Amino acid sequence: MSTPTNPFLKAGQAVLRWLFMLFVAYPLVLLGLGLRVRHRERLPANGPAIVVANHNSHLDFMVLLSLFPFLSVPRVRPAAAADYFCKVKWFEWLARNFVGIIPIERGGARKGEADPLEECYRALEAGQVLLIFPEGTRGQPEQLSDLKPGVWHLAQRFPEVPIVPVFMHGLGRALPRGRSIPVPFQVKVAVGRPVPLLPDKATFLASLRSNFEHLRGKIAPPAGEEEDLPDELNEVSQQPKEQSY
Amino acid sequence: MHGVLAYAFGGILVVLVVASAVTALLIRRYPARNYTSVRLRIQTWWWLAGLLFLALSFDPIVALGLTAFVSYLGFKEFVSLVPTRPVDSPTLLLVYLAIPVQYLWVHMAWYGMFIIFIPVYVFLLLPLRMVIAGETKGFLRAAGTLHWGLMTTVFSISHLAYLLALPVHAGTHGPIRGEMLVFYLLVLTQLNDVAQFLWGKLLGRRAIAPRVSPNKTLEGLVGGVLTTTLLAWLLAPWLTPFSPLDAVLAGILISLFGFTGDVVISAIKRDIGVKDSGRLLPGHGGALDRLDSLTYTAPLFFHFIYYFYY
Repeated sequence: MSTPTNPFLKAGQAVLRWLFMLFVAYPLVLLGLGLRVRHRERLPANGPAIVVANHNSHLDFMVLLSLFPFLSVPRVRPAAAADYFCKVKWFEWLARNFVGIIPIERGGARKGEADPLEECYRALEAGQVLLIFPEGTRGQPEQLSDLKPGVWHLAQRFPEVPIVPVFMHGLGRALPRGRSIPVPFQVKVAVGRPVPLLPDKATFLASLRSNFEHLRGKIAPPAGEEEDLPDELNEVSQQPKEQSY
Repeated sequence: MHGVLAYAFGGILVVLVVASAVTALLIRRYPARNYTSVRLRIQTWWWLAGLLFLALSFDPIVALGLTAFVSYLGFKEFVSLVPTRPVDSPTLLLVYLAIPVQYLWVHMAWYGMFIIFIPVYVFLLLPLRMVIAGETKGFLRAAGTLHWGLMTTVFSISHLAYLLALPVHAGTHGPIRGEMLVFYLLVLTQLNDVAQFLWGKLLGRRAIAPRVSPNKTLEGLVGGVLTTTLLAWLLAPWLTPFSPLDAVLAGILISLFGFTGDVVISAIKRDIGVKDSGRLLPGHGGALDRLDSLTYTAPLFFHFIYYFYY
């Protein structure tokens, strides 16, 4: 189901992904939001490669997909939470075929279960580009949550594959967690240089984090000055009562 | 397209060809100097001129739709630049909705509604929506910024589109249509920017607004006013119903207030701490960087001509 070997099926899947870009992703991202991208040329044009990005919004993956050249979009695979995308069969089918997601069981491998990253290995072996949100979840608007070690585990098996960090700013305003209608806001994107793989998990995650912070500094006002509002106010606005809109 | 406008676009074509040729010559003559910014700017001017040609070649509804879209881009840039409160997101959606509604009034040529919708109704209802959201901290600033953005990028710019809704008026060389007025205003406003820039580069000595916009000079302003006014007077018989005196007044109005719009938007960008409002137009910056003068000249030119001629 994931990567069909039948060439006709493969071509069909590519067409579906292009349709998704033309009729959903590009209109939403280019007209609805608008992008300012720093160093787009640093994005890996050819796989295998891993692109790691911060996660604030359901629109993140569309922004990332629209950074790639149109023709290479079918070779870019966003990793997505299986518990969210695979709850309903038809939704999983849509997500897999139109968006090309690779579902991942959150929480890592438990005893006796299959490796949750198995499908990611296949994708990298096939020379595809993996999109991963190491925070694992969307978190608070415009804030970086803790990074999960999945990327490091993945890279252990593919030490030669470049890990390229991307930081997006503005999506926490456009469509934060808890809202359903996006508000048009420009999004700034910064692409960094590949992060070197380190043998120690914690050191690697710390270096990845500092890479994100560095990229954030390039495109976003310093944290705290962000909305120029006291913290308690930000908390008020995140309470569930606002989610009814 | 109307005959006079076809010649007018021919004139733009000549100006752009000359500008591109001069740049190409300069690049060959002085390979060591960096002309990237100038080259990009002229390239973008080609695109913008092409867009204006498309907008005015078809039914007025095309020009109206494009103007509405330009307002949308400008407003989106504005709210992306200024700090907004997360709690105002639902209000913002309603504010965005005001854009198509404002242009609907233009399309209906409903002058009374067009002229009060944003200054009165939206102005009064926006705070009500914010009260429903319930957050009082930063209330005045949020209401002020949102309405300010609407007034400049939507209300002001929509006057450009309302020129298209004006009835045909007799002129020296034949009937004057809205398209010609749009052309006249846009070309003079943008040429005024360019003329002020060039005169400033050539003769600029005394800074006129050192804290807001350090590159603006008194010499540039005066040179711009003279150039624009001369051109306004020359073009008026073909594109407007103006008498020679009114054409000179319109030229002074456009050049002085084009400058004002420019420095006002500069002041806002400086306040926020950015240089360009975006990257939509290579060499120029964002949509707001090109719309800045127009936020002043569009309504002022419209009311000048509306009061004296319609």
